[in-house]
Amino acid sequence: MKEFGYQRALDVPGALALLDADADARFLGGGTNLVDLMKAGVERPSRLVDVRELPLDRIEPTADGGLRIGATVTNSDLAAHPGVRRRYPALAQAVLAGASGQLRNMATVGGNLLQRTRCGYFTDVTKACNKRVPGSGCPAVEGEHRNHAILGASSHCVAVHPSDMAVALAAFDAVVSYETAGGPGELPLTEFYLPVGGTPHLETALPQGALITGVTLPPAPVAALSRYRKVRERASYAFAIGSVAAALDVRDGVTREARLAFGAVASKPWRARAAERVLTGAPADAGTFAAAADAELAAAEPLPHNAYKVTLMRNLVVAVLTGLAEEAAR
Amino acid sequence: MAPPPSSAFDSSITLNINGDKHTLTVDHRTTLLDALRERLDLTGSKKGCDQGQCGACTVLLDGRRAVSCLQLAVAAEGRAITTVEGLSDEGQLHPVQQAFLDLDGYQCGYCTPGQICSAVAVIEEHAAGWPSAVTEDVRPEAGPPPLSAEEIRERMSGNLCRCSAYVSIVQAVARAAATVQAEPATAAPAGAEEAAA
Amino acid sequence: MTTAATTRKSAVGTAHTRVEGYDKVTGAARYAGEIPFAGLAHGWLVLSTVARGRIRSVETAEVLAMPGVLTVLHHGNAQRLNTGYIGLMGVPDPTCAVFQQDRVPFMGWPVALVVAETSEQAREAAEALVVRYEEEPHDIAFAADRPDVYLVDQGPAPAETGKGDVAAGLAASAVVVDAEYTTPEEFHHPMEPHAATARWDGDLLDVVDSNQGATWVVSELANLFSLDPASVRVRSEHVGGGFGSKGVRAHQVAAVMAAAALRRPVRVVLTRRQMFSLTGYRSPTIQRLRLGADADGRLRALEHSSVSLTSTVYEFLEPAAAASRALYDADAHHTVNRVVRLDVPTPSWMRAPGEAPGSFALESALDELAEKCGIDPIELRVRNEPERGPVSGLPFSSRNLIACFREGARRFGWADRDPRPGVRREGRWLLGTGTASACFPVIAWPSTAAVTAEADGTFTVRIAASDIGTGARTALTLVAADALEVAPDRVRVRIGDSNFGPATIAGGSMGTRSWSWAITAAAAELRERLASGAGIPPEGITVRSDTTEAVGALSEKERHSFGAQFAEVAVDVATGEVRVRRMLGIFAAGRIVNPLTARNQFTGGMIWGISMALHEEAVRDRASGGHYGADLAGYHVATHADVPHVEADWIDDPDPDDPVGIKGIGEIGIVGAAAAVANAVRHATGVRHRSLPIRPDRVILAGAGGTADAGGTGTVRGTGTGAAGGTGAAGEARA
Repeated sequence: MKEFGYQRALDVPGALALLDADADARFLGGGTNLVDLMKAGVERPSRLVDVRELPLDRIEPTADGGLRIGATVTNSDLAAHPGVRRRYPALAQAVLAGASGQLRNMATVGGNLLQRTRCGYFTDVTKACNKRVPGSGCPAVEGEHRNHAILGASSHCVAVHPSDMAVALAAFDAVVSYETAGGPGELPLTEFYLPVGGTPHLETALPQGALITGVTLPPAPVAALSRYRKVRERASYAFAIGSVAAALDVRDGVTREARLAFGAVASKPWRARAAERVLTGAPADAGTFAAAADAELAAAEPLPHNAYKVTLMRNLVVAVLTGLAEEAAR
Repeated sequence: MAPPPSSAFDSSITLNINGDKHTLTVDHRTTLLDALRERLDLTGSKKGCDQGQCGACTVLLDGRRAVSCLQLAVAAEGRAITTVEGLSDEGQLHPVQQAFLDLDGYQCGYCTPGQICSAVAVIEEHAAGWPSAVTEDVRPEAGPPPLSAEEIRERMSGNLCRCSAYVSIVQAVARAAATVQAEPATAAPAGAEEAAA
Repeated sequence: MTTAATTRKSAVGTAHTRVEGYDKVTGAARYAGEIPFAGLAHGWLVLSTVARGRIRSVETAEVLAMPGVLTVLHHGNAQRLNTGYIGLMGVPDPTCAVFQQDRVPFMGWPVALVVAETSEQAREAAEALVVRYEEEPHDIAFAADRPDVYLVDQGPAPAETGKGDVAAGLAASAVVVDAEYTTPEEFHHPMEPHAATARWDGDLLDVVDSNQGATWVVSELANLFSLDPASVRVRSEHVGGGFGSKGVRAHQVAAVMAAAALRRPVRVVLTRRQMFSLTGYRSPTIQRLRLGADADGRLRALEHSSVSLTSTVYEFLEPAAAASRALYDADAHHTVNRVVRLDVPTPSWMRAPGEAPGSFALESALDELAEKCGIDPIELRVRNEPERGPVSGLPFSSRNLIACFREGARRFGWADRDPRPGVRREGRWLLGTGTASACFPVIAWPSTAAVTAEADGTFTVRIAASDIGTGARTALTLVAADALEVAPDRVRVRIGDSNFGPATIAGGSMGTRSWSWAITAAAAELRERLASGAGIPPEGITVRSDTTEAVGALSEKERHSFGAQFAEVAVDVATGEVRVRRMLGIFAAGRIVNPLTARNQFTGGMIWGISMALHEEAVRDRASGGHYGADLAGYHVATHADVPHVEADWIDDPDPDDPVGIKGIGEIGIVGAAAAVANAVRHATGVRHRSLPIRPDRVILAGAGGTADAGGTGTVRGTGTGAAGGTGAAGEARA
């Protein structure tokens, strides 16, 4: 790890001023990903601007019945919040499925959104990686890619986004708020992450120097009946190999509204809109659920060693939606 | 006495550890774990992976468990730090420590301080009503889940034990939780009141 | 001596909390990297970034100018070491004899040590050090059919054993199993990374490190540095796990070298990532089992062949086929261990070397045979109990395998088991149970011990033993108490210091047995001395023992611990998740010294079996020759949530030739455990998994394809029609 400067910001304007448009400076939140990547030599910031103590640690109801989550709210506080647990249970479940109790106490909502892929080529500076060193190549395509993307990837990068929280946020139409020296801005979470294309090193649509200040969840009555399920190679404390966030509003056996997002299958949390279209207005039965999964996964382009993910996601979608439909019928 | 910062890459800080104030100058790269172990001779917190992947370095920050290997020391200034050395009181073991000792909740002992700090926090998090990934119904109306072996296992999963003393660790946490619950209510983790409101 | 001795309860066999327990739960116990040294400097190893080639240059100038940097050691300036010796474990692995050559034989080979005032400075300088290589193409393609696979003896044991005609035996068999099983590269990963601090005091070398045997480390360092062993002291009071990985490694040698160069104490601690190439690992194995049996399951032919790998610089054998040399007999019996040399780091002993992967293959094959014969897996083992060692022809010192199965079956509820695969469902989970045998050799090596009667009526035992988490320190206290006929609280056992005299290692499940023997011998003589009635002088009365003669006089026998493993699993074939629901192990493993710590050690081994069955696998990247995901997030070991209630117990089985009756319990717990889990997965799903670990993708693909076999290249071929009432072709239940 190379030497770096450290400053602590106490308010948002101060944080932006301290960053001072320095492309080599980084905001430090919980540090659970950034400090690790600095030790690995993947991140080599000149300065850290500590934003953990910014007054962005509240979860508050919005006027229209949604929730506004501050960027420095810890993952633990997000998952423990009664409003989140009551109105967006899949979000609480997603957060609780991630990392460990220790890491959730440290990690912030803003940092969670900005965490980098855990692709083993990206985190190992002795290996090539287009995301870390643009143009150096992607060894995963010909090499180890059992846990890589099946949707939306390119030949330049097949890494997946590691966040569980963001999958639920994507399902619930969350909007990311940020501040820049030039003023505030907003990005829907589904547009927050850039397509991979030929530029895997460009990960988000955040302007240079912007600071995430919060995430807004619009009101979503459908989310009251929601679930997050995560499959991994160890029962806990492991990244997903596939996950689903789903919400269902079923009346008289017909799906009136559905929300569906996939994790660990793409470079971003994957909102499954094609599947949602199949579900909406159709009978809430296993046949429809499978057809919905197939509609979404028709675009899948698996590699030789991750084709199982297509089956996994199809099975997960059917299992989770079936469970929700049964719950709705109770 | 700590020398003054010599460059933009050092800072003079005061750390509040186990109720004592320690002033020292740290290289910004120094993690809280390295500051504890290499600067302050508090070697109870262990370095198992240095990457937040094993939990051996778990300490309490403002009453909440955290991995000290990913916590920069300079960023820990102003926070109340509790390490395993701060859990026992005048030689009187914390109920979690006593249960680990009595039920053989360890083998080599290297992950033990982290397991113990984590367990102390698990019991408090549970008492504060926090759900976990194995809690069937996370809605607040469902009420807190009982601290079953399954709940303990999930909540303790951030602490690896390669000797695999998991069976007796879980027994020790369960016994300690019962002991703690029998005692006067302990403080909930900082911020829990707000979250539970 | 107290006259109450005759009525005193035996300490051995009574649960006792660890004597160092208070220190471990309060954080007071100090491990190797935690002992303060005045003027300490920090070393950081630099490892090769190519898998094969030569070092062209090590560009030290820029790094030496960095803040705090004291020196950079590499092959161009390092002191010459003596590697022409045969040590306790054979010739030295050149990986440990650091900086002696410009050749790079694998990715992660130590090429330099950067020493600086602080660890942060050392780390940054090590990362900044530019090493230029002349890279050569590497070969890491592990396969059983390579032409360069060759036979390797396992120490005194031959590479190949055989009797009878296997081909004829198979041809005459009503039922045949012929299958290939694979196990991946697996790592010890003790929680405490390897650490050593070296300090020269004139001509005396003082090393504090984390090891499984101070005597061993002293002799290796003395040989490498051409020193009188009496001038080397190695201490390791607390050791944060070992599992076979903590012998002499590159970091100790580099620390000694740097301490000599700088004339100040130097500490070198390995990072978790560095442990992937410098501390050994369990070689992957490709094993083929050929079993031929009569319709009633009695074996006519047993053939177990195994291929493992080693580095190009050191010949290490993972003797997986040896697992078949003591368990089952057949008129035609053949075992063979082969190895292939690749551009990879040197593997090493890892908890139950040979037996752990070997028992997975053998005990899976037995399960396949039982199913094909249509007989219960336990009954199959009963029918194949040998009278004498199948290969050696020697009698068993004691063999209580079937007693373990009977007790285990009773407690596990085996009698109620429906043998049909794939028919029990609970929600999304398919349920199944499996069993397997466990067998591990019993050995003893010579040791010395000193026991002192102190003037205050207490006793001090000094022995260069190592407690790597086994509970040895406590066990030895109980053994000494009984031998001295006093209460354990009057005995203080000091270990982990080479100054206490030669003693064997904490390895091969022989530590507590071998050390106890020495302590018992010294205590007996001390009691005789004290019985003469002479007073105890202020310095106490010390008696030393040496068991070289006694251990050497052991008659040749088949000496083993045995056990029966039982597992119940739940499998969701839609998502590929496998969860172990419960596990029971019943062992016949000699006299149990401390039931509290022994149970923990047995269950720990069994959990290693769960971890091996479901999680552990280091993945090598073909293109670079290095690992993919070389950390504890990439290399999964079981965590709390993976481990259900695991129960271990034992039957009375004292070793008749050991003074205390001990056999050794460090490794038997893992043997057969992975097979029991895999057999349970087969019972749950109808799919036979012959490649470990049983990952979700493998379960999903097997489920989706409706195939009989998953993961491996193996198949089962039934050549006979004599199978009575079997379930027919494997996998039918899944179709």
